Amino acid sequence: MTHLDRREALALLAGAPLATAFQWAPDAVREAAARAREVIARGAPYEPKHFTPHEWETVRILVDLIIPKDERSGSATDAGVPEFMDFMLGDDPELAVPVRGGLAWLDHECHDRYGKTLVDCGDAERAAVLDDIAWPRKAKPQHAAGVAFFNRFRDFTASGFFSSRMGVQDLRYIGNTFVSEWKGCPPDALAKLGVRYED
Amino acid sequence: MQIIRQPKVYDVCIVGSGAGGGMAAYALTKAGADVVVLEAGQPWDNTKDSAMLEWPYESPRRGASTPERPFGEFDACIGGWEIPGEPYTRAPGTEFSWWRARMVGGRTNHWGRISLRFGPYDFKRKSRDGLGDDWPIVYEDVAPYYDEVDRLIGVFGSKENLPNEPNGLFLPPPRPRCHELLVKQAADALHVTCIPARLSILTRPLNGRAACHYCGQCNRGCRVNANFTSTNVLIAPALATGKLTLLTSAMVREVTIDRTGRATGVTYVDKATGADVGVRARVVVLAASACESARLLLNSKSTLFPNGLGSSSGVVGRYITDTTGTDVSGFIPKMMDHVPHNHDGVGGMHLYMPWWLDNAKLDFPRGYHIEVWGGTHLPTYGFLGGMHRFPAGGGYGKQLKEDYRRYYGASIGFSGRGEMIPNDDSYCELDPAAVDRWGIPVLRFYWKWSEHEYRQVKHMQETFRALIAAMGGEVFAPMPTREQGYGIAAGGTIIHELGGVRMGDDPKSSVVNRWCQAHDCKNVFVADGGPFVSQADKNPTWTILALAMRTCEYITEQMKKGAL
Repeated sequence: MTHLDRREALALLAGAPLATAFQWAPDAVREAAARAREVIARGAPYEPKHFTPHEWETVRILVDLIIPKDERSGSATDAGVPEFMDFMLGDDPELAVPVRGGLAWLDHECHDRYGKTLVDCGDAERAAVLDDIAWPRKAKPQHAAGVAFFNRFRDFTASGFFSSRMGVQDLRYIGNTFVSEWKGCPPDALAKLGVRYED
Repeated sequence: MQIIRQPKVYDVCIVGSGAGGGMAAYALTKAGADVVVLEAGQPWDNTKDSAMLEWPYESPRRGASTPERPFGEFDACIGGWEIPGEPYTRAPGTEFSWWRARMVGGRTNHWGRISLRFGPYDFKRKSRDGLGDDWPIVYEDVAPYYDEVDRLIGVFGSKENLPNEPNGLFLPPPRPRCHELLVKQAADALHVTCIPARLSILTRPLNGRAACHYCGQCNRGCRVNANFTSTNVLIAPALATGKLTLLTSAMVREVTIDRTGRATGVTYVDKATGADVGVRARVVVLAASACESARLLLNSKSTLFPNGLGSSSGVVGRYITDTTGTDVSGFIPKMMDHVPHNHDGVGGMHLYMPWWLDNAKLDFPRGYHIEVWGGTHLPTYGFLGGMHRFPAGGGYGKQLKEDYRRYYGASIGFSGRGEMIPNDDSYCELDPAAVDRWGIPVLRFYWKWSEHEYRQVKHMQETFRALIAAMGGEVFAPMPTREQGYGIAAGGTIIHELGGVRMGDDPKSSVVNRWCQAHDCKNVFVADGGPFVSQADKNPTWTILALAMRTCEYITEQMKKGAL
């Protein structure tokens, strides 16, 4: 056998069944994953464990402003981004203060401008605040804290969305599988970059 | 403390199960010796425990790091720069971080499988530029063992006949990914040598192991063992001989010495029970990692060696080095709007750039090699982080979502990995007061880069920026200043510590001889990065493996002669 084809590879793996996933993960992760799956299966609303109810409402609005539904895929909430964030807040102690502090900054800013929280603001009011913090190169110095928060929160949202099943498909990622023979890149990918194989 | 003494006397006791310990266990059991391996960490088996082919969304953490897995939860390697209960200290002003793996296979669960031989120049640097020291051995002494390691473990690459990058017995290299061809174009334009990478990943079946299936996840541990880990490629066959006893959670305290100055074995702490256990053996092989082996020697105090084993030289813990490193990444407009295709490849780069310049024409000694990363990969935690650094400058909404799609895979990065020269200010010693969780005195580190390293790293930065410019790209961060050390990575963070138990013919300036045998104690050997006299601009694993094999051949001969 010069190369492993998919069937042979799967046969090899019979001794190491992928069905028993999460052997590598600590119990807490296994349980969290099981709980998340169960909640989805029941169709029950998710109860945040780390965000307060108000933060939760804010997060659900904010992530969809960052990654909304479009013709190719669903929104950040469709992809379970708020649930991912809630888990991470409990998992990574470094995240909680900047994320929760940033949400509080946003509410404070909305309150200064419109006398209400982000949740109670209308579309135009929310957009006006985000427009001031979403482009660091254009932002005013007095919005620096909001900019720092939004840079982080945009990254956090993208981490959650594009690592979801929906996000991986949206990116048209192809891989994470057995390849029986590595042939390099296909002609159209090479042509686009203006490169070719010498051999 | 009462020590539980086991009646059995092994032929060889090996401390550590990484590259050096694994090779020692393999070579010695195959030679018929009765061997015990003591590993401070936990058991691991890639065929069962690996997260290979898990999707990120199968974990709520999406691959983010955990305290025990700093390189992400899917990563195989349990360890880190900070391990609960196992502290180390730093002298004031020292920036140094000490990585330890705590599992069977040690750091071979972590590394990028970059398997480079040291070249003829690397063993004789002082003769060439007057700095550091020469090794007591030459390339030709090690070459047959490199060949044997190539045959046993497997490495892909290409014969290039370069003077200081010796050819190996290579398996065919995989074709480059398309963006790597773009890198090669830029390298060619700048006259930087760019050749197929040399990684210990099988592109053809070898010795009963399957060939790579190109999922790009070597770091998770390979379920079919198509890449090299000590765990499944050395320890597993050693266990199959029936001659190896493998003890995990066994934290070795010291090498025990009798009145004649001969080692009688070691004592270790069973982490599960806290009990001290004595193991007896005719020969002791330390392969606990360069600094951990130095620590063990320093902690092995006896009437004959009141300052620790090997201390007559005064150089235990001295002349430790790490690889110099810095990274530059940038956005490459040509790589936007990727054409969807399976781009995973092997778990690492398919091309790299060995050192290509003449130091006589430069303001620093010694070279570096360049590693390449970028393109589209399985998105996990941290996906396209720092989106605001791309030309769109941030944003939100439908336009942002479209930007993520367009920028996905459109960045490239270069990592320089260079040679530090051993110096008098970079070393470790026992902290006079601090102990670990089991009362074992811990190491205190001292670290200082010299101007040689700063100038070399500045050159890396300039080269990588030129490469990104030649690809039509934009670098994400400005050139680091002299005050920022030109972006040099802190000591220890490249995880290539070497030295501390250096090799030499003179017992006054070295701890072990050319066979890695302690000058002070004939039946103690060191089989990790400790004996290295110089660093080279190469990852050390292949040389650790070759030297360990050579040392074990010597041990076997000497035992047969009755000399040990």
